[in-house]
Amino acid sequence: MTNSIDDIVNDADVIMLVGSNPEEAHPVIGMRIRQAVERGCRLIVVDPRKIGLAAKADIHLRVRPGTNVAFANGMVNLLISLGLADASFVRERTEGFGIMQAQVEEFTPDYVARVCGIAVQDLVAAAKMYGTAERAAILYCLGVTEHTTGTDGVMALSNIAMVTGNLGKPGAGMNPLRGQNNVQGACDMGAGPDDYPGYQKVTNPAARKKFEQAWGVPLPEWSGTKATECFPAMLAGEIKGLYLFGEDPVRTDPDTHHVLRSLEALDFFVVQDLFLTETAKLADVVLPGRCYAEKEGTFTNTERRVQRVRKAVDGPEGSRLDTQVFTEVMNRMGYAQPELSAAELMDEIASLTPTYAGIHHARLDGEAYDRGLQWPCLDDGHPGTPVLHISSFSGSVGAFSTPDYIRSAELPDEEYPFVLMTGRVLYQYNACAMTGRTEETSEIEGSSFIEINTHDAGALGIEDGQRVQVTSRRGSVETTARVSDKTNPGETWMPFHFQDGNANWLTHAALDRVSKAPEYKVCAIKIAPK
Amino acid sequence: MSEQGNEPMRELRKGCLEEQARAREVRLTIDNVPVAVAAGSTLLEAAQHAGVHVPTLCYLKERSAVASCRMCVVEVEGEQHPLPACATVARDGMRVVTHSEKLNAYRKLTLELIVSSKGAALASLACDTSADANACTSELSRLCHELEVEEPLEFAQVKEIPLVEGNPFLAYDPNLCIECQRCVGACNSAARNHSLQTRMRGSHVLIDAPFGQNWRETECESCGNCAQACPTGALSLRKRGRRALAEPEGRAGESAHTVRTTCPHCGVGCQLELEVRNGRIVSSKGAFGASNRGLLCVKGRSASFDFVSSPDRLTTPLVRNKETGELESSTWDEALRLVASRFSHLRDEYGGRSIAAFACSRSTNEDVYLFQKMARVALQTNNVDSCARV
Repeated sequence: MTNSIDDIVNDADVIMLVGSNPEEAHPVIGMRIRQAVERGCRLIVVDPRKIGLAAKADIHLRVRPGTNVAFANGMVNLLISLGLADASFVRERTEGFGIMQAQVEEFTPDYVARVCGIAVQDLVAAAKMYGTAERAAILYCLGVTEHTTGTDGVMALSNIAMVTGNLGKPGAGMNPLRGQNNVQGACDMGAGPDDYPGYQKVTNPAARKKFEQAWGVPLPEWSGTKATECFPAMLAGEIKGLYLFGEDPVRTDPDTHHVLRSLEALDFFVVQDLFLTETAKLADVVLPGRCYAEKEGTFTNTERRVQRVRKAVDGPEGSRLDTQVFTEVMNRMGYAQPELSAAELMDEIASLTPTYAGIHHARLDGEAYDRGLQWPCLDDGHPGTPVLHISSFSGSVGAFSTPDYIRSAELPDEEYPFVLMTGRVLYQYNACAMTGRTEETSEIEGSSFIEINTHDAGALGIEDGQRVQVTSRRGSVETTARVSDKTNPGETWMPFHFQDGNANWLTHAALDRVSKAPEYKVCAIKIAPK
Repeated sequence: MSEQGNEPMRELRKGCLEEQARAREVRLTIDNVPVAVAAGSTLLEAAQHAGVHVPTLCYLKERSAVASCRMCVVEVEGEQHPLPACATVARDGMRVVTHSEKLNAYRKLTLELIVSSKGAALASLACDTSADANACTSELSRLCHELEVEEPLEFAQVKEIPLVEGNPFLAYDPNLCIECQRCVGACNSAARNHSLQTRMRGSHVLIDAPFGQNWRETECESCGNCAQACPTGALSLRKRGRRALAEPEGRAGESAHTVRTTCPHCGVGCQLELEVRNGRIVSSKGAFGASNRGLLCVKGRSASFDFVSSPDRLTTPLVRNKETGELESSTWDEALRLVASRFSHLRDEYGGRSIAAFACSRSTNEDVYLFQKMARVALQTNNVDSCARV
């Protein structure tokens, strides 16, 4: 997030929530958005489904799944034509406005309304509401990114914020709600094929030299392969060994058959986890891990806020700290890695990562106990940075981008007539490795279902609560129909938590061309009553 | 860091510091000690700022200041009657007294009336301890301990009302409810869920807790912020009760303690207080972190610790037996030797490109840092990723 939850909740005049259902996926942010709305902040919800917050929204744009770029370009087109662009911000802080303006020209309200399946007047009302606000914040989530055009969707939304000067001030900004507790931190720490910690590029010779000097060994010069592209590489025999730490791709990655075939093709497969997950069952070696309550450390939340994780209990007898396991492997493979505490590791991170340079456990246990430290935190006296881009965009100007609307990789046709979207529910989290071990959560929400529009269900002769067979080109699962108007006609939705009918047997491993995120939010299915 | 990179960082920092504008301050004295607080602060906030403890009951930060219990009354020079500190705004030049014989007597009498206002259950719960404040099971009993309120000999004779316990996580016992309305504040002013409301019966305010058999038809999200707000245990987490009972205190040398940490589920970064008894986590409470301001959702409160002590946790390495094809327990030494030798072989035979390493977005920064370092320096691969894309 460019901004912080607090300043958005307290200062935003408008919140535009795109492809995000925080009441279920980030419930405390959901509560805080309700606070903002009750304070008088206006709310625009852009989501195909009637999510809970839609009922509290001033405007709900039920865009067709996969049409975010068209929607955002249409907003920019309107903001410019209605005279709501911030001319001085555009002049002083951005570049490429002219090309972008030409790009969005064809995204007229009529065209966009047709593509997105929304009313022209609603789109105009949304542009006016967002464009006339002193402070407007965009919050978005996987409904934007989990598309083959996910990166374009983010860029197109950024244009909305930039053209109206809604960056670099409280109550505004571009704010992705990061999914897992430490997905922000995992990216910051260099768990990416192109980046060392702090997004220092592996292909930048200066950065590589710096890490080679710090770590004392030569490092590979090539850009690595992104996880979602590793699976095809396993099938092709290019990747022969996999060390998997705490993931369960058999349940959470798209197109389960494809995932299984890929993992089975490996020569050597190691899983380190808390439980014998569906994925761990395929491994050659399984190593027990320790959970958050059994170790010291930090998580970085969606606001870039680094906060402490503290040991509450000992791990199960026989298990070891994950860092001890990695240290052992490093030493046994010929790299002399001393055993370091979590605090010492954070000191090493700080010494190599400019944005984390002032972050140490001692500060997080002392002056920053309650607030944590938001990166960039540049030295030991730096207070952290609640709002990014206040006076400039990381030292340069903000470049407008020119994303074009491209349709989703797999659209409904005669054989597979429905769009399937996937997502999370309030009472579970991801593969349920943690939440599924609390009986009550599963008592409330413990098995697979599919949301079907009332009209479609009627045509198929399906009643609410009835068992149905759902089939895509990749797989087929049996699940329970929930018939309502929560989804539009022609559109359906399933959670991916439940192994008794996991949506990922159906989903499509088509990837975004930049981020390589899969298109979890759009694939084509057919439904038959059982 | 390169010179080129320094300039924007310095600017960022400058902008960040400039943001911190000073708000107007108000000056007053609390128990003769001068205090300066931001305009709009209450006397209670001023006292807390000065490090002075004022007893409270119905007040709860950012939740409730209905000023109905009159426990936090203070004397203000020039005012005829004591004023509730939680609902009185600090003004320049005020002289405030928080502790005096008169105030202590006033508070004690008020609390005695509250404690005896319901049946025997509340009376005995409130005064469940004689000596040790740490042994008190509720905030009400701690307050009784502090103000030396003893179990009343007489209390209102009221009919016992049935529990409300249709929700798997939460229950409401009206017999313990003192109608302080902190739960109402938690649900309506903090969680903004609006499923827990007050209802009038005659002149009496009743709490309408949405945990009956029809709870699924309500908007209740089972977040339990109401139960965390409750000072008596009238609203409670059913699981915590069972867990705490299953792990009673008193095993030699061990007692309950809490650990402040960060929730392991989504990216909000809510701050948790885990309650640990005998080496097991028995409950989780919301702490006042910057992003959650004391709030938690159902997962953070009720599904963040069962898995920790789940009987199916892995406790020993498993290695696949080539002959049977089954995973079998092994020693750490055997498993790590195999991991190191097989990865070394792949690295040396086919190069680092033949190996991939996926880290965990649920694990700590320190874990992830060392994992990617291991991948780059030992496995010699940049095929490193996390579940960020999926």
